[in-house]
Amino acid sequence: MKQLPTDPSRRNFLGKTAAAGLLIAPGVLLHQVAQARPADEAASSKVRWGMLVDTNTCSKGCDACVTACQTENGWGGEHSNEVKSSPEQQSQWIRKVTLRDKQNGHEQSLPLMCQHCETPPCVDVCPTGASMKRADGIVLVDKHICIGCRYCMMACPYKARSFVHEELHDQKPYAPRGKGTVESCTMCVHRVDKDGTPACVEACNKAGHQAMWFGDLNNPNSDISKRLKEYGGNQIRADLGLNTGVRYQGL
Amino acid sequence: MMRTLTLMAVGLLLALPLTIQASDLLPKVPLPAGKDKCVEPTDVMRREHMHFILHQRDETMHKGIRTTKHSLKECINCHNAPREDGKVAHIESKDHFCNSCHSYAAVTIDCFQCHADKPENTNYRHSLVENTLPHHPEMSGSALTKDTLNVLATKGDAK
Amino acid sequence: MKKKITYTEIEGRSLGYYALLVVLGALVLLGAGAALYMEHNGHYVTGMSNQIVWGMPHVFAVFLIVAASGALNVASISSVFAKTAYKPMAPLSALLAISLLLGGLVILVLDLGHPDRLIVAMTFYNFKSIFAWNMILYNGFFVIVGVYLWFMLDRTMANYSKYAGFAAFFWRLTLTTGTGSIFGFIVARQGFDSAIMAPMFVVMSFAYGLAIFLLVLMATYSWRGAELGDGTVRRLKNLLGVFIAGAMYFVVVFHLTNLYMTKHHGVEAFTLRDGGIYTQLFWYGEILVGGVLPLILLYLPVTGKSRIAISFASILVILGGLAQMYVTIVGGQAYPLEMFPGKEIIASSFFDAGVKSYTPTLAEALLGIGGFAMALIMIPLALRILRFIPVSMADAEIDPHYREAK
Ligand code: SF4
Repeated sequence: MKQLPTDPSRRNFLGKTAAAGLLIAPGVLLHQVAQARPADEAASSKVRWGMLVDTNTCSKGCDACVTACQTENGWGGEHSNEVKSSPEQQSQWIRKVTLRDKQNGHEQSLPLMCQHCETPPCVDVCPTGASMKRADGIVLVDKHICIGCRYCMMACPYKARSFVHEELHDQKPYAPRGKGTVESCTMCVHRVDKDGTPACVEACNKAGHQAMWFGDLNNPNSDISKRLKEYGGNQIRADLGLNTGVRYQGL
Repeated sequence: MMRTLTLMAVGLLLALPLTIQASDLLPKVPLPAGKDKCVEPTDVMRREHMHFILHQRDETMHKGIRTTKHSLKECINCHNAPREDGKVAHIESKDHFCNSCHSYAAVTIDCFQCHADKPENTNYRHSLVENTLPHHPEMSGSALTKDTLNVLATKGDAK
Repeated sequence: MKKKITYTEIEGRSLGYYALLVVLGALVLLGAGAALYMEHNGHYVTGMSNQIVWGMPHVFAVFLIVAASGALNVASISSVFAKTAYKPMAPLSALLAISLLLGGLVILVLDLGHPDRLIVAMTFYNFKSIFAWNMILYNGFFVIVGVYLWFMLDRTMANYSKYAGFAAFFWRLTLTTGTGSIFGFIVARQGFDSAIMAPMFVVMSFAYGLAIFLLVLMATYSWRGAELGDGTVRRLKNLLGVFIAGAMYFVVVFHLTNLYMTKHHGVEAFTLRDGGIYTQLFWYGEILVGGVLPLILLYLPVTGKSRIAISFASILVILGGLAQMYVTIVGGQAYPLEMFPGKEIIASSFFDAGVKSYTPTLAEALLGIGGFAMALIMIPLALRILRFIPVSMADAEIDPHYREAK
């Protein structure tokens, strides 16, 4: 078998805790990659999860990332559980956008979702603190205390957030979502917490495009950091100085 | 929220004396095959379950702590496992363990506005082996992780 | 020597009084029904969407909140600037401020995705959020203006009313600045991102609040059949004119500065020229109906003395104000976010390209109107219970420097 394809950096960071993890939950770890952060350990600010999108390899007709996100998190798609909402009202955690350069006509496409800013405007404006950023940089909505005021949606420069306009059924156990609260891309936090990769990144690779990368931006040895170092990566609306966790190459 | 929880506790306590006369109407909280107790003693669970869940909710949501002992998802996995015929109870039905108690005690909960009321994988059968905590359906046969591994492996991404 | 002013409650037994209550009450009930309907079904029954996030309810709510602080003007002028002629009207002005704010807040709360979690909003504060600050400002406003009212109405406390008046004055300036900042802080949207937003809201609040106050005052006295002196009306309508002109000035400055900044050219062209409904609402609603026409009505010698014309001008100011809110709030969202400079979005599944459309449904309009009605219905009810208004507002009664008109 090939060596386990985990980011070596993550192994270093998590290695020290792996032994403890074994003691706590032997049954799980037998099946599991041994480097995962143990279930009882809090997310750490030593890590900053991020994504990198290569717009040059992102294929124009492809929406594998979108479909994967829909299946994973249970929104939209053919079997959408938002049956009463208009298309404008239905949630979209991730979308494909096609751009054309106004000068030279160059066309490119890219996936657009929550950019997981370091200083997220949604978190700043949220009156209750429901919009929050985890220590490891993932921006989430705590739907338990979200009152549905939608101020965060007004403040988001990427229109990355959606409001649920009707009662929902058949949600995914690890992606709770419901009427009257706001939601957005979670960077598949439930998978990341178990050492997984976001569904979109996985799907993009599976489809053979290799246009999305996921990893720890804080670690100079992670694939994503190395790639960023070599090829650079832009932020959308860099002028706002939000230091986004999602970067784009070739934009 | 706190009020609901207090009401919940009071309701459950009030409900206790009635148990003698009308045992048929009593709420049912089924245990999965091979299990004879919950993660806490029954009386503790009856009084404190909302506090456990509330505490765990904040730990998971804000810190990413995903222990299973007090997680709502695990409550569902265990107590609302599919029956022999493969059917699962929905929250609206009295067969759902949450609703069976909460409608009895007339306490409304809004957990299931957002949360799934049944285990993700409805073929999921609870482990018959004792002491294999945590028992994550998606962990033991984890399709995702395997996928991730395969894809990354074939892509030669591994170092 | 200053004359002592006697305050009174209103009789409130006439057919007209009950008719007024019935009409306003019906509107309140309709609004409540609309809120229940929205809450039960979810927001899919409204025209609001993930593209136009804030709609009709917010237009009404923000208008009322802004007007509330302006309605306190008359009281402030009497206490802070020591103008005795305004003093008899101060209690009514404070009452109106409270009721308008309450109406606006009720709309905001009922439009939440989770109005049932109001307690959460009150207990979890994110102190960085300007919205949370506003909640504190609103609650404080009730307390301070409430105390102010009490000091004014309770003879034994009358000496302190001046200080309470000062406090209320500063509080309400902060409050309107805060409301304006809710939008000014949204850097992401080209239509809102401006430091002028907050002071502009303050000046607009003067005009809206005074227009409503004038209407309420004139209606109260004409329905009571009591005298309301020409001097008072003239003073207030001149003040209203000044405020309207001030608001217009800020609107001009706002758009001029935007035009000066190249990055805002797109959104300016949108509001001023190509925005369809928003452009029309801007020119016809905000400028013509809310500004030019009332100014003409108030200052033209023929109409400037007619109370009907003055009432009409006040109503125009209110309509223009609502139009202004619509252009600011909805128009600001309809204009697409500029995410990729130099590039155009030619395809997106999430409506990123082009102007977003919004068609309010009956429910959300009724919610807004219901909130307005609720703010208004509190006036006749309160006037009947407590002594808010002077028995007579005849010029000779209230103005120590009064001389017969030449
Ligand atoms: S909608 Fe929810 S998450 Fe967004 S600002 Fe309001 S309370 Fe916060």
